[in-house]
Amino acid sequence: MDAFLQQALNGLTLGSIYGLVALGLTLVYGILHVPNFAHGALYMVGAYISYYIMVDLGLNYWIAMLGAGIFVAGLSVLCERLVFHPLRHAPPIHDKIAAIGILLFLEAVVQMYWGSDFRRMPTPYTSILEFGGLVLPAQRLLIIIGAFSIMGALHLYLKKTMTGSTIIAMAQNREGAFLVGIDANRVAMMTFAIAGFLAAVGASLFAPINLVYPAMGHLVIMKAFVIIILGGMGSIPGAIVGGLIIGFAEALGGYYVSSTYKDLIAFVLLVVILSIKPTGLFTKGVR
Amino acid sequence: MDRIANFFASPAMKVVLLAFALIFPLIAGSEYQIYVMALAFIWAIAVYGLNIITGFCGQLNLAHGGFFAIGAYVVAILTVDHGWAFWPAFVASGVFSAVFGFLVGIVSLRLKEHYFAIFTLCVGFIIYLLLDKWEALTHGSLGIINIAPPEGFGLIDFTRTIPFYYLVLFFLVLAIVLVSRISSSLVGRTFLAIRISDDLAQSLGINLMRNKVLAFVLSTVYAGLAGGLYAGVVRFIGPAEAEVVHTFDIITYLLVGGIGTLMGPLVGTMAITWLTQAVQSFEEYRMIVFGPMLVLLVIFMPKGVVGTFLTWRGRRLASKAPAKEGQTRVGDSATSSKEASDNA
Amino acid sequence: MLKINNLTKRFGGLAAVNDVSVEFAAGQINAIIGPNGAGKTTFFNLVAGAMPPTSGSIEFNGMDVTGMAPDRIARLGIARTFQTTKLFEQSTVLDNLIVGHRLRTQSRLWDVIINSKRLRDEEKKCRAKAAEVLDFVGLSHIGHRYIADTTQEERKRVAFALAMATDPELVLLDEPAGGINPEETENLAALIRKMVDHGITVCLIEHKMDMIMSLADKIMVLDHGEKIAEGTPEQIKTNPVVIEAYLGSEEDVEA
Repeated sequence: MDAFLQQALNGLTLGSIYGLVALGLTLVYGILHVPNFAHGALYMVGAYISYYIMVDLGLNYWIAMLGAGIFVAGLSVLCERLVFHPLRHAPPIHDKIAAIGILLFLEAVVQMYWGSDFRRMPTPYTSILEFGGLVLPAQRLLIIIGAFSIMGALHLYLKKTMTGSTIIAMAQNREGAFLVGIDANRVAMMTFAIAGFLAAVGASLFAPINLVYPAMGHLVIMKAFVIIILGGMGSIPGAIVGGLIIGFAEALGGYYVSSTYKDLIAFVLLVVILSIKPTGLFTKGVR
Repeated sequence: MDRIANFFASPAMKVVLLAFALIFPLIAGSEYQIYVMALAFIWAIAVYGLNIITGFCGQLNLAHGGFFAIGAYVVAILTVDHGWAFWPAFVASGVFSAVFGFLVGIVSLRLKEHYFAIFTLCVGFIIYLLLDKWEALTHGSLGIINIAPPEGFGLIDFTRTIPFYYLVLFFLVLAIVLVSRISSSLVGRTFLAIRISDDLAQSLGINLMRNKVLAFVLSTVYAGLAGGLYAGVVRFIGPAEAEVVHTFDIITYLLVGGIGTLMGPLVGTMAITWLTQAVQSFEEYRMIVFGPMLVLLVIFMPKGVVGTFLTWRGRRLASKAPAKEGQTRVGDSATSSKEASDNA
Repeated sequence: MLKINNLTKRFGGLAAVNDVSVEFAAGQINAIIGPNGAGKTTFFNLVAGAMPPTSGSIEFNGMDVTGMAPDRIARLGIARTFQTTKLFEQSTVLDNLIVGHRLRTQSRLWDVIINSKRLRDEEKKCRAKAAEVLDFVGLSHIGHRYIADTTQEERKRVAFALAMATDPELVLLDEPAGGINPEETENLAALIRKMVDHGITVCLIEHKMDMIMSLADKIMVLDHGEKIAEGTPEQIKTNPVVIEAYLGSEEDVEA
């Protein structure tokens, strides 16, 4: 039972990071209908910026996280302006290939600067908390609390502010949003900024218990895709719930089934889901 | 100007290209260059495969590098662990890719656009993970060494670079001839109709699944056989062959040359391979240039080198045609469009 | 020839087509009209098999085709055009049409590999068909032109030709006169008449009332997915329910 709870806690940690990354991906998909393959690279860049600010500049962990968030948000907006915006009317293959181009570029740049070694990012929170028989490193607790506070803040932003609600409106009905005179450019830029920020913060939270390396985004982005297919492309609650499902499935599957193949779990789930329901779970009606 | 253009688009150009490929080992500066060319031919075969499903049929398959790796691993495992000779193992790599492609195809091709791309991206990753983790079968991250080279015939020894070069050239020509047959045939036109729109194709009585699966299996066979040849020349492979970056390389070749064109895969693969060679030290960081290049290409020149050329020439021909509009009957336009499609 | 019985299609709780029964006779021009969102295109999609109905049945020439895949329905002789005309931009007009007759051919990959006689014959047949339908829609002179260089009206005609290349008995035209000027509309109406003269049954969705009123033999009016009227143009023009529910005022009918 303790082992189960322990794995459930691990699952919650993983799930909250996946949820953060998937949120950004699903927002971008909702607004532009682009599966942004470069999102994982943004996540990776976020980890490196955080690492740079903390290790090379010797600044505080929180400043590093904020700095990474802002930097990647800007990078994300740049991608939107320079790449996705010009391609918004192009045939469907093109924006995907362009996203891949961005991904390759960012990875190569990072690799040139920092090399392809695995780096370990330190954390100021090294204590280990114990509740009964449960062991919970402080960093993991931080991840869970941090991720959920950000999700909460995002929720408030989307519900309570004007820009937030236009993002929701546009995600639900693009054509309709144009008709009522929403400034689509501003909304798209804002969405990309939020997505980049979430990815970088997620990476900064997760990096101390993981490793930092140029290809670190690959697995995460692919799992994020599985999550948003699971939760419905463009759905915000779907991304969070989907993230948790994958997090738990991996933690428990890794423990009870096979730790070698734990990374496969998400993909096997995807294959099974799409084999049964080609449009993904939780999709309403037809487009 | 037009003369040069006409020449580039004419069958004579293909003869010139083939002649160049045939004498290349004689004019190459070193054996290494011949080796590089042979490897580029192998990649070109894989690119032709991707062109069938992505270029003709319009489905962005992001597992293509995975199928290449599968072909390579089939040859490696059968020759090293089971003592097969290269040629039967090579045939097996094609057969296995076809079977695996069929299975993946019947599941994934029911998905539309983004879902298909994401799904195949995940399939590619599953292939990588399996090759990396399933040690009992694949030797895990150590990879497989001492793969059997293709057995020679009589005096021809394929472990030497020049005979191997001609062997690969033979397969490349075969691959191109088959693709050109397909693309100008009713089967190829069926694929193109699907690329325009699923709905349109279906309204024309085209069975979507059957044709998409056919195109997909064809493309995986190309990838698998290219992988099999690759294993036979490199003779050492590891899970890295299945890394998604190889799929992206293949996409880059295809896009530079011209997606959906007949000569695009060859032009793109050659151009990028020799550009990369020209700046050797640059190989590791090639994506710093390739990445933005992909982006710029899809924005400013989505048809690639060959596609842009053909469109430009087509427009020129068409703009001259009205001069004789009066007597142009259907018969004439039929022949000229036949010519256009032959050159495409 | 086309008999629709109690056809219903629901998306979630919303009925896009609700309990529609109608019969279209062979050799006629049948029009479907109704305000935006009345379920006209959904109705076409159901007939063409692009989506299965929730309930009800569709009979074509006495054969039950309900829920049949769209490619099979096309082979049975129902062709359609779409609101937006998607064509292969980088090919010539004639090249675009060749695939239209593909459904009447048998060649497979193996024929391509060995370049069989069957393939060569069938390609000749498809090419001849493409030339024939191009001539039919009056575009023989631009057969060599690239689609990207054609006008909106020419594209519409190419789309007609593509539908004709499938050798249909029934053609469904979804807003054929959308986005073209009145004179071109006249010419297109003449082409539709020509199709009927050649023994093809036409069924069309259109917003241009004057075109419908002069062209159609029979009109069905849909509103909120339900059939509210059917009859000749004269009957529809004077039908109070139609005027009330759809047209709002009589001027619109005459307009």
